[in-house]
Amino acid sequence: MNKYKRITLDGLIFQNPTLMLVLGTCPTLALIKSATSAAGMGLTVLVVLTLSNIIISALRKVIPNAVRIPCYIVVIATLVTFVRMVLEKYLPSLYDSLGGFLALIVVNCIILGRAEAFANKHTVLESAVDGIANGLGFTCALTLMGIICEFFGSGSLFGLKIMDFKIAMLATPAGSFLVYGLAIAVFTYVLDCFEKSRRVKSNRLARENLLKEGA
Amino acid sequence: MGTFIAIVLAAVLTNNFITNKSYGICPFLGVSKKTSSALGMGVAVTVVMALATLVTYPIYTCVMEPLGFGFLEIIFFIFIIASLVQMLEMIIRKLSPSLYNAMGVYLPLITTNCAVLGVTELVIGDMEAIIGTATMNIGWAVLYALFAGIGFTLVMVIMSGLREKLNYYKTPKALTGFPTAMVTACFICMAFMVFSI
Repeated sequence: MNKYKRITLDGLIFQNPTLMLVLGTCPTLALIKSATSAAGMGLTVLVVLTLSNIIISALRKVIPNAVRIPCYIVVIATLVTFVRMVLEKYLPSLYDSLGGFLALIVVNCIILGRAEAFANKHTVLESAVDGIANGLGFTCALTLMGIICEFFGSGSLFGLKIMDFKIAMLATPAGSFLVYGLAIAVFTYVLDCFEKSRRVKSNRLARENLLKEGA
Repeated sequence: MGTFIAIVLAAVLTNNFITNKSYGICPFLGVSKKTSSALGMGVAVTVVMALATLVTYPIYTCVMEPLGFGFLEIIFFIFIIASLVQMLEMIIRKLSPSLYNAMGVYLPLITTNCAVLGVTELVIGDMEAIIGTATMNIGWAVLYALFAGIGFTLVMVIMSGLREKLNYYKTPKALTGFPTAMVTACFICMAFMVFSI
């Protein structure tokens, strides 16, 4: 059980694809102008990533090592085509707001990266957990930045009007870059602080143990 | 003539791929630490974008659309781009080893660059805002791809110049690396925003 907990924590926090590894930046920067489209993109990637991890992990003994990258790309492209058709039919508003970036999920480095770094060496269940954890990490980061950008950039939240005041710059690509950069800085700083306090605590415990043994 | 000027200016300045459309951000952040490598990456991306459009546009409009399997565009396009990049790498290695040494390292990375797949998807979609009433054809498509690549190179070179200068300054630990690069990119975007007001 400990193994799954570690995979989940890695995907969500310690190796968060958006904030720690800075992968898949194009859809992030283009879609955090609105919280709804950011969350929609995150959930779409979550579905594609989980399915591709499961399929690639199930086929890992069949795919020859020399042609593995084209094989992964075919699997991912097929899944994206499928998801795109489903969205066009059942969620046309989300389909319109994602626009060209729906097709660009194929070249999203998170999906190919997880296939290459994780799914081709681990069992189906572990890969599925890893896909969900990384997808959730991506979704949470995108939604959080989307909320900040939309609240200050257009004075609304998930499309609901809240105030008349707005900083128009935050709803443009320039504002997305600014919010993304600052989000990475804050996240790294908070993680560093946690790490430091944990180290201090473990050092103190070790010293107390030594003292006890000496006594 | 009007369409020609409109496409050139739209692709390079007002609808720039990086500052306006957020395409191709991974190489923009990853390969912009030195001006020489930024220029190499930009040229390689420009060549692949123009060639990929030259191949995918006629295949889509003359073969896939009339035969009714246009919905498979993503799978076809990514495969065409991947094999094109592989072929280009082999040709360059055979013809000019010095060019291969300068550009070769960037070529495999281009397959997963969203700017290339992005431009092939854009030109088969709705381009009315840029070309006006003129009908879309392969000439306009390749021209748009070529100048979008030149716009990409322009922003890459500006960014790498700024980052080379920024190396001389000390920043707080949490801001070092990507955050500084993104704030720099934010200022470039603001400058380019003036073109599209």
